[in-house]
Amino acid sequence: MKTNYFIYNLKLATLLVTFLSFNCYKLNAQTVKNYTAFINCIAHIGNGEVVDPAIISVKGNKIESVQNAKGIRLNHTAFDTVIDLEGKHVYPALINANNVLGLHDAFSVRATRDLNDVGNINPHIRSLIAYNSDNKITPTIKTNGILYTQVTPRGGMVSGNSSIMALEGWNWEDAVLLEDDGIHINFPALSERLQNEEGGEDKAKKRYEEELTSLNNFFIDALAYYNNANVSEKNIRLESMKGVFAGTKNLYIHTDKAKDILTSLYFIKKHEIKKPVLVGAKECYKVLKEIKNANVPVMLVRVHDLPERTDDDIDAVYNLPSILQKENILYCLQTAGDSEMEAMNSRNLPFLAGSAVAYGLTQEQAISAITMNVAKIIGVDKLIGSLEDNKLASFVVSTGDILDMKSSNIVLAYIGGKPVNLNNQQTELYLKYKNKYGIK
Amino acid sequence: MKKIVSLIALFSVSFLQGQVTFPVNGATNPLHTTYAFINAIIHVNEDVIINNGILLVKDGKIIEAAEKVALPKDAVVTNLNGKHIYASFIDLYSNYGIPDSKKERIGFAPQMESKIKGAYGWNEAIKADMEAYKIFVHNKEQADIYKKAGFGVVLTSSKDGIVRGSGTLVHLNNTKENESFIKDKCAAFYSFNKGSSTQDYPSALVGAIALLRQTYYDAQWYKQSGDKTEYNISLDAFNQLQTFPSIFESNDKFNNQRAAIIGKEFNVNYILKTGNNDYQRIEDLKKTGLKCIVPVNFPENYDVEDPFDAENISLADLKHWEMAPSNPAAFEKNNILFCFTSADLKDKKTFLLNIRKAIQYGLSEKMALKALTTNPATFIQQQNLIGALKKGMYANFFISNKNIFEDDATIIEHWVNGEQNKFSELEMPDVRGNYEITTDKQKYSLTITGDIYKPKAAVKMDTSKVNASFNFNNPLATLSFVYDSLKTVRFSLSYDNKTKNFIGTGFWNEGNKFNSTINFISAAEPVKSTSVSAKKTPTIGNLLYPFSSYGVETFAPTAKEVIFIKGATVWTNENDSIIENCDVLITNGKITNVGKGLTAPTGTNVKVIDGKGKHVSAGIIDEHSHIALTQGVNEGTQASSAEVRMGDAINPEDINIYRQLAGGVTTSQLLHGSANPIGGQSAIIKLRWGQNAEGMKFENADGFIKFALGENVKQSNWGDFNSVRFPQSRMGVEQVYMDYFTRAAEYSKTMEALSKPTGKQAAGKTPAFRKDLELEALAEIINKKRFITCHSYVQSEINMLMHVADSFNFKVNTFTHILEGYKVADKMKAHGVHASTFADWWAYKNEVMEAIPYNAAILTKMGVNTSINSDDAEMGRRLNQEAAKSIKYGELTEVQALKLVTLNPAKMLHIDDKVGSIKTGKSADIVIWSDNPLSIYAKVENTIIDGKIYFDRELHQKASEYVKTEKARIIAKLLAEKQKGAAVVKHRSKKRQLYHCNTIEGVSEEETGKR
Repeated sequence: MKTNYFIYNLKLATLLVTFLSFNCYKLNAQTVKNYTAFINCIAHIGNGEVVDPAIISVKGNKIESVQNAKGIRLNHTAFDTVIDLEGKHVYPALINANNVLGLHDAFSVRATRDLNDVGNINPHIRSLIAYNSDNKITPTIKTNGILYTQVTPRGGMVSGNSSIMALEGWNWEDAVLLEDDGIHINFPALSERLQNEEGGEDKAKKRYEEELTSLNNFFIDALAYYNNANVSEKNIRLESMKGVFAGTKNLYIHTDKAKDILTSLYFIKKHEIKKPVLVGAKECYKVLKEIKNANVPVMLVRVHDLPERTDDDIDAVYNLPSILQKENILYCLQTAGDSEMEAMNSRNLPFLAGSAVAYGLTQEQAISAITMNVAKIIGVDKLIGSLEDNKLASFVVSTGDILDMKSSNIVLAYIGGKPVNLNNQQTELYLKYKNKYGIK
Repeated sequence: MKKIVSLIALFSVSFLQGQVTFPVNGATNPLHTTYAFINAIIHVNEDVIINNGILLVKDGKIIEAAEKVALPKDAVVTNLNGKHIYASFIDLYSNYGIPDSKKERIGFAPQMESKIKGAYGWNEAIKADMEAYKIFVHNKEQADIYKKAGFGVVLTSSKDGIVRGSGTLVHLNNTKENESFIKDKCAAFYSFNKGSSTQDYPSALVGAIALLRQTYYDAQWYKQSGDKTEYNISLDAFNQLQTFPSIFESNDKFNNQRAAIIGKEFNVNYILKTGNNDYQRIEDLKKTGLKCIVPVNFPENYDVEDPFDAENISLADLKHWEMAPSNPAAFEKNNILFCFTSADLKDKKTFLLNIRKAIQYGLSEKMALKALTTNPATFIQQQNLIGALKKGMYANFFISNKNIFEDDATIIEHWVNGEQNKFSELEMPDVRGNYEITTDKQKYSLTITGDIYKPKAAVKMDTSKVNASFNFNNPLATLSFVYDSLKTVRFSLSYDNKTKNFIGTGFWNEGNKFNSTINFISAAEPVKSTSVSAKKTPTIGNLLYPFSSYGVETFAPTAKEVIFIKGATVWTNENDSIIENCDVLITNGKITNVGKGLTAPTGTNVKVIDGKGKHVSAGIIDEHSHIALTQGVNEGTQASSAEVRMGDAINPEDINIYRQLAGGVTTSQLLHGSANPIGGQSAIIKLRWGQNAEGMKFENADGFIKFALGENVKQSNWGDFNSVRFPQSRMGVEQVYMDYFTRAAEYSKTMEALSKPTGKQAAGKTPAFRKDLELEALAEIINKKRFITCHSYVQSEINMLMHVADSFNFKVNTFTHILEGYKVADKMKAHGVHASTFADWWAYKNEVMEAIPYNAAILTKMGVNTSINSDDAEMGRRLNQEAAKSIKYGELTEVQALKLVTLNPAKMLHIDDKVGSIKTGKSADIVIWSDNPLSIYAKVENTIIDGKIYFDRELHQKASEYVKTEKARIIAKLLAEKQKGAAVVKHRSKKRQLYHCNTIEGVSEEETGKR
């Protein structure tokens, strides 16, 4: 942390600043004005570090600094507002990667679903514009400290573009943090085909080969189109692919099985994909060295999932985060995996990280896996993902450990310095019926 | 009945007299030749062998089989020179000559009723009227395959439906069908498979079982009923079937038990047509005392070259590959009466090979022969006619060159009903040896090796060897080989038995002919053929209980009689609440003391667990689970399926049992799905990993039944085709209940009246009473002997069902899911109903849009006994975390939260006197946690059920290691097989089947939605 002009480092470790004499705001603070200090908190930076006790200063929509409060006297008059967090935990905004949140309400009602479209190769599809900032599920997600989502289309082999959205916003234009951050492909899955295809092995293999060939051919065409300065006829599918070759868009490759991962790594190399990401990668533990050597980050399958096979260890999926951590592969956690349940389940993102701690991560590594690492992978780490200078003031305050449901209790949240309304339809119904029955 | 007897008589007579009703075209050709086979080794049956005996045959019957017999002068004598004669094998499970049934379903709309026209029963799968003898026709090609495998007689039947009618016993001869019958109606056939029926019911195994049971009851009623208002061909035929031996196709070790249970209920000793995995639960099979028909379709060798693909083959499949050939031996070892069938074999030519393999794996040759002849004959009470070589029996026998169980034994001739079938030469010259080929140019040397009946040839030119093609059909032979790059020389030869030379003509590539002699030089080294049973029995791994990875090698986990947990934090769920530094004593499966500073027991039978830093809680109870079930969780084809019992479909091998033990679950209620307003009867089980289905059931638990409301039962999310079944609205749902309970009340009244016979009834003048499994289950609800767990979401329907119950004077026991319970918590409290809900699920369909995670807290605070359930195999293994969410959402205390998954579900399942808290006298169903059980960081260290440790995190590491090494061992074996040249097949693993409330077999998830 840099020393800032408003803080005088007295170099006296024992001298702690007390704020009792100041006119502090308590937790119901409404707005971060021009210049605010959050004091007396435990700051989980998101990069693995903890600052305790910390002073977080926020200027406008950005974090100005996070300082260890030990031995620091704060010049409170420099701030419009000073908020005493009374020893609470502060975390960077949690980021929900690879999710259909915002693309449906009551899932079974077809009319509310905007997840996928007709066709197998749809790189032109953009989830951004279907993202309903007023959808019914989002408010319940914010309440648990998840403040950003990667709204992701599903279906087909090339599903389309995802975008990074803040969970506050009047409309999608207002909510978007990064437009069309990447294209998602469901990589042809050989073993799935072998298991499920009717008509035997040969037919399954043939179908697989056809799929893989058509995907390869599409990428060859797309690269040729990208390299052609004078395109005679515009092709909106191929236009959309340009970013993948220019290195401005991620290519998210959804695949789980070891052999398919290997095939996809070859695919990445062959087509010189600049910014590839593996999504799912349930069998990554079998091909760690290959993933590591290819330097491809992993958006890990939901860790609250069953092992794939009877023989797999009962903890096979729980163990994945610590396996990747040990191997020093960039990875993050996410809640997708069951399209009808994943949006509403994304409020459990912090608990997936909690489980990862039970199976080998440190607390701060787990926090990184749902904040900083996500931001890095989806390419927004200059803006969000950690409590570091000059990033957006998007963070969450909890009275207890946010990774454990038994202590997670979120009392404040900010997106770009603006307070987030933590109430939702569910908290309102709770209040309504508590009042009806007169219970506490 | 009389009709049948006279038919049998008619058939027997026709054989004796040789008179026929058929006109003859041309002169008649009556033949009554006597055939004598001398110098034979006659296997009279498995016990008696006549060395150097004589078999006399005439008019399709055996005249004599003995050592010394006076040969009739007219006898046609065949000298067998020490060859073997066996009685023809009998296959009781054949479909020979019976056409396959085809399933022809049109469209996707539900089919509620039978499409079979006429006065038949209501369900297409009850094909009791099927009579195989009426549709049987010979098929020479099939018959030859059977005869080459040793079979001369088959009991053939239709393999279609749950009740399959009668099978017929026929000879595999080449004459008119009229002359092939031994017994027209010989046995009755049953299965769990509805076959070609396109009717929706039954869609699941539980439904198939219920349908069969109800059919037995209906038939009993039909038989007894005096004043018939209904004529029913199916029931009439079903009653006739009861006079025959009953053969039940179980095809699987667990189905064996399911069939046996039905048999017991109706006093039928089924003959089970088993699968190839019976050895995995052979003790259970033995206990049934039933006879079995056993196939020998051992798994093929898997291709394991690709290591990643090989990892997909489960340990169970690998072990089964290794152990399946020992299945027949397991029957013998356990003294289970059995016979063999060639059914289920992809290729019947492998039948004898696999029998020999079974012998190599421990089956005795004597038992093998018995299981092919005497046993099948006895099973169908035809032991006086077939299955042995005795005077007066049918002349069904085959001649083999050597002991039929030796590797290269061949069936040379097969006589069926006195009719000869010749497959190869009786006296085949042995041409194996070394020869010199003379041509008009140069000489070559020839070596003939291989099977005496299928010799192979190799030709040497100077010193280089060339492959040759050789065909010997005594006395003619052909030979060809390449003599100069692309040039081939061919020979047409004939064999001279005396000189042992081949003489004939050669054809050069250019077409020039030459005279050729192939002179015998020396005989081949005699190959010593060993009998299969003399071969070394292969070593195979141990059985696992259950037969799965993480199974154990003995039935019950190794357990000390006394477990002492010392100094743990104990969450008692009793008044003491949480006691720190507390001891728990477990003796003989029960909790016998709880408190601080207990004296540690001593002795070798004591296991002491150091509880320092650990937490101890009661085992987790999942009120709503669909794990450990097989072949369907929904019989949702009718609005009510009260007759089905989930207890009939328990799968003790589901890996999710073990996974959930590792999550602290000790008891689960296995529920029927939610596809219909009245579902099926649930099964409460303890997760006793390793036990069989019956051993998993919670002893003396009350009966429960699943009901369901809302979108699933009105089929809202099932697609447009599903708009046929009543009800399609919540209004209809209420009326389904009103109708069924009204009928059940009437039924209950009648039953009660019949149990107290008045004068008139005692005189036997009342019409017979039809036992109705469906109404009986519903009557039990009214009589407070069975209790409802109702899948529910929206307040209106919750309210409705409570009113329905009130109007029939009973109470709803539990609302499960109950996501809008918080809206009617006061009404629920007043009704006295329990609530079992999800922690935080919502938004997956319209009726859950007002679900709130505070539901459990509100209900608890309102005094409704509330639990958190899983309905999901994944969530089931971390229910402690789901309970902890009620602290976050609604601020329950930690003690209250833990009770949501322990004591509270015990109460709603009426088992809180036995489990649910840590209290002296209760079952020792206990979990030891590494941390506060409500923390996300807590892991289960031990799960104890009935005082036995079923999960131990340390032992689990060993089990994981075992899985790894055992798989590697068998994979190495498979690799060796492939290197030896054995054929291999790709393994196709089944996709994991996880059940939720709304899983319908055959309907995709996309159509159904879930939960």
